[in-house]
Amino acid sequence: MDSLPFFPVRASTTAGQVDNLYFAWLALSGVVALAVGLLLVWFGIHYRRGSATNRTVADAAAYDKRMRRIEIVWTVVPLVLFLAMFVWSARVYYENVTVPKGALPIYIVAKQWMWHAEHPAGEREINELHVPLGRPVELLMTSQDVIHSLSIPSFRIKQDVLPGRYTTLWFTADRAGEYHLFCTQFCGTSHSNMVGRVVVMDPAAFEGWLSAHANVPTMATRGRQRYRQLGCDGCHGAQATVRAPKLEGLFGRSVELRDGRSVLADERFIRDAVLLPNRDVPAGYDASMPSFRGQIGEEELLEIIEYLKSLGNATQQVMP
Amino acid sequence: MNSAAIVSEENYLSSGWNLWSWLTTLDHKRIAILYTITITLLFGIGGAAAAMIRLDLMTPHSQLVSVETYNKLFTMHGVIMVWFFLIPSIPATLGNFLVPMMVGARDLAFPRLNLLSWYLFVGAALFTIYALLSGGVDTGWTFYPPYSTAFSTSQVFAAATGVFIAGFSSILTGLNFVVTVHSMRAPGMTWFRLPLFIWAMYATSLILILATPVLAMTLMLMGMERIFGIGVFDPALGGDPLLFQHLFWFYSHPAVYIMVVPAMGVVSEIISCFCRNPIFGYRFMAYAMLAIAAFGFLVWGHHMFVSGQSAFAGTVFSLLTFLVSVPSAIKVFNWTATLYKGHVSFHAPMLYALGFIGLFTTGGLTGLFLASLGLDVHMHDSYFVVAHFHYIMVGAAVMAFFGGVHFWWPKITGRMYPEGWARFSAILTFIGFNLTFFPQFILGYLGMPRRYPIYPPEFQVWNVLSSAGASLLVFGYILLLFYLPWSLRYGERAPANPWGAKGLEWETASPPPSENFHSTPLVSEEAYAYSRAESPHG
Amino acid sequence: MADALAAHAPQFDDAEQQRMASNLGIWIFLATEILFFGVLFAAYTITRVRFPEAFAAASRLTNLPLAGTNTAVLLTSSLTMALGVHAAQQGARRAVVGWLSATVALGCAFLAIKAVEYRLDYLEHLVPTLHFRYAGPQADQVELFFYMYFFITGVHALHVLIGIGCIATIALMASRNAFSADYFTPVDVTGLYWHLVDVIWLFVFPILYLISRS
Repeated sequence: MDSLPFFPVRASTTAGQVDNLYFAWLALSGVVALAVGLLLVWFGIHYRRGSATNRTVADAAAYDKRMRRIEIVWTVVPLVLFLAMFVWSARVYYENVTVPKGALPIYIVAKQWMWHAEHPAGEREINELHVPLGRPVELLMTSQDVIHSLSIPSFRIKQDVLPGRYTTLWFTADRAGEYHLFCTQFCGTSHSNMVGRVVVMDPAAFEGWLSAHANVPTMATRGRQRYRQLGCDGCHGAQATVRAPKLEGLFGRSVELRDGRSVLADERFIRDAVLLPNRDVPAGYDASMPSFRGQIGEEELLEIIEYLKSLGNATQQVMP
Repeated sequence: MNSAAIVSEENYLSSGWNLWSWLTTLDHKRIAILYTITITLLFGIGGAAAAMIRLDLMTPHSQLVSVETYNKLFTMHGVIMVWFFLIPSIPATLGNFLVPMMVGARDLAFPRLNLLSWYLFVGAALFTIYALLSGGVDTGWTFYPPYSTAFSTSQVFAAATGVFIAGFSSILTGLNFVVTVHSMRAPGMTWFRLPLFIWAMYATSLILILATPVLAMTLMLMGMERIFGIGVFDPALGGDPLLFQHLFWFYSHPAVYIMVVPAMGVVSEIISCFCRNPIFGYRFMAYAMLAIAAFGFLVWGHHMFVSGQSAFAGTVFSLLTFLVSVPSAIKVFNWTATLYKGHVSFHAPMLYALGFIGLFTTGGLTGLFLASLGLDVHMHDSYFVVAHFHYIMVGAAVMAFFGGVHFWWPKITGRMYPEGWARFSAILTFIGFNLTFFPQFILGYLGMPRRYPIYPPEFQVWNVLSSAGASLLVFGYILLLFYLPWSLRYGERAPANPWGAKGLEWETASPPPSENFHSTPLVSEEAYAYSRAESPHG
Repeated sequence: MADALAAHAPQFDDAEQQRMASNLGIWIFLATEILFFGVLFAAYTITRVRFPEAFAAASRLTNLPLAGTNTAVLLTSSLTMALGVHAAQQGARRAVVGWLSATVALGCAFLAIKAVEYRLDYLEHLVPTLHFRYAGPQADQVELFFYMYFFITGVHALHVLIGIGCIATIALMASRNAFSADYFTPVDVTGLYWHLVDVIWLFVFPILYLISRS
């Protein structure tokens, strides 16, 4: 079922489930609203003032009993229906937020008023997102300034993009074409100009597009350059004299902290380590790492993360 | 109908006509009128903003106003309509007028606090108008940081201060109502003989008292952060923007019940009168309003499903939201059942009340769409949400407010409004409303985001329909502004009880004497005690 | 004058109804204050959980002796206030004026000690945006602690100031014979407000000054 003027095109594997929820609610609401409306009209006419209808009740006790039963029915039935809808919609939601393994990561940095996308293979885009057909894609997103929100109506997905944090979104596009991309969290003057398009290409065309940009260094390469430029090697490298944790194989591992807690070394952990280093100090080390806040932009931070991923587990674990 | 017309008795309107007597009045009825004038003016300002928004949205390229202006228009529309129209509307006008009368008292418990609450409200409104005139605010009525604290160059602090002061006005009103209902009921007026309007005011007052302080402090924290730049909410310094959202919505969700529960109370009064039947399931209706008020405090996170809060939190909030809808649904069924075996007439208040039921049902059901986690992801921050809340706040709350104004107009003013014009206006408003906001559901599902002056051209047809409907709606509202004042001078004089309704307020003159009752009423019958021969509902 | 006021305001049926209404009114008002401060406590707690080490370090820089003294001062003032209400119940006019004046004096002492404490904080460069300086790690979060510290204690001090004004007014009215054993509701109501201000301090003090002070 394609583009009726009432629904956006369905272009992702989960869009159908969302639409099904919508249709179910339309049906349920329609029935209830119609029932209430018809009853009001019927009662209004039949019992209008001056009509000769019989309004007396022969047996008050039996009447009351019948009314109580009707009340119970009209309490229990909606409750049960609502709970069923709740369970169904929660399941659709969980599928929508559970990133499948092996998803292709694409990094998004939102800023007033544009979307920057960076592919691990090195391509950068502004207000456009080229993705392959039929393959899960995970968007790892952050904002450089205020709260934004990435919305792709044809995929039926949306997620707020926050400064200071990473949020994720995933999809598998199953229809080639171009689709709207909107910012849906008010972010200032040009909020409604912060729009773009998602370009879904079949796998061959996508490879073609990637190879057209083959001369651009990969994110991991750029990340390694930045890592060296900022002097990270000075403490974390093999020849370092200062005691600092080694970063090979770090990404995706569990890290024990000085205060006894255990955390996963994911994107969030790396970001916090660079910007707010003395909050989660690993066990056996002291709080002496300097903060790089103000010296490193969001895109560069993501490149360093890609670099560290390349040093880490080959499975390329992504944030849940 | 009672045809005894009381013409020249002293009443609360005739005792002292100069401005000073009005500005220093302690009479709850006069304070109600002061509030009515004030909120009507503010409704006009908020409505003008809405008109400009709808005009601008007729074309996809925002050709009427600049995007900066548009952002300020929708912000001011929201701020004024929420805090300076909807929240005070029924409680501060009809509530102030009727609460003492319906319980059989001479005034509210604290008349001076009542007058203070009006002055605070006026002060707050002036602050907000200052913000409007000195450049406006562009953060949206939701004031989310870090945009509001660190990026916007508009009059955020002034607008937030205006809202802060208005909050105290709300708290005093709520406090007054709760104390009055607890301690000043007339002899024989037990809790379960109270009109449902009083139960509605009571439930609303609980929310006013408990939720508003949270808003006040949250705005204060936001304002201080804007001035001093230190990050409770600013992530650049380790603060948490989600903390603001949690605190803000902890107030703002119960706030929507402040806006709709009074409307439910009004509608119960109107329907029982124009069906000559007690409300079906009186006790349940009372308990339901209390339950809605209480549970309404537990669901705020449904505004934040895609905000970055955990999936677990989202699930809990979704479930609770579904549960809180059940009492509302049953209220709709009970109102419908009240018509059964009644004697239904279709005067203007009844038309407004029936319109309320239709629009509240639609708005409430679409709320369930949004409570569904999987579906909300697609519809959050789209026009679907805009349509949903306007169905409740305009479709339901404003219709009920106008219904109540018409219903009690004879009591308040001593005059009848012109019935033909009132019916016409009610129907026109209903049609105009649906034409304005139903297309927005479709726009929302198509993906049009809210707060967008510029949009993809394929959305234009629905926007044009919506704006056309808005012009009908405006016309319906403007009619009231003509025939209601007209009736003050030329309307037929009203007897004490033109509708033959039950309730203590109808047992005194229209307009009432300053002390409401010449002698303390004695209550000996149940609420809505239309004769059993007339109605089988117990 | 006491007799005239033992009669009731016109909206009430009798003095008992008025007393009941005033009492319920003040308790509702206290509930709003609790919610008001509750937001501050919640925001502080949530931020503290995010930055436990920074907040612990910052907390150790607060002035415990002065704040501890203030706690004693405020607790004593609640005692004198309670004694004042008790005296009012018995119609003992001079005792009422005496105890309320003592409460006002203690309240002023609280504010004076607070002023000294703020000044010392300023001299130690602990006031955010006013030459704040902190040499240790996580300085921004330490500044955040002090922002909340000044905000919370400042809002509380404002409530103390308002309370002093109310009690002084009531004391003046008492000296002019406005109250009697039959009518002393304003004394009662003001007393409840003052006790709440004290109770709030009993939460403010530990969470800002005491936790994690080894």
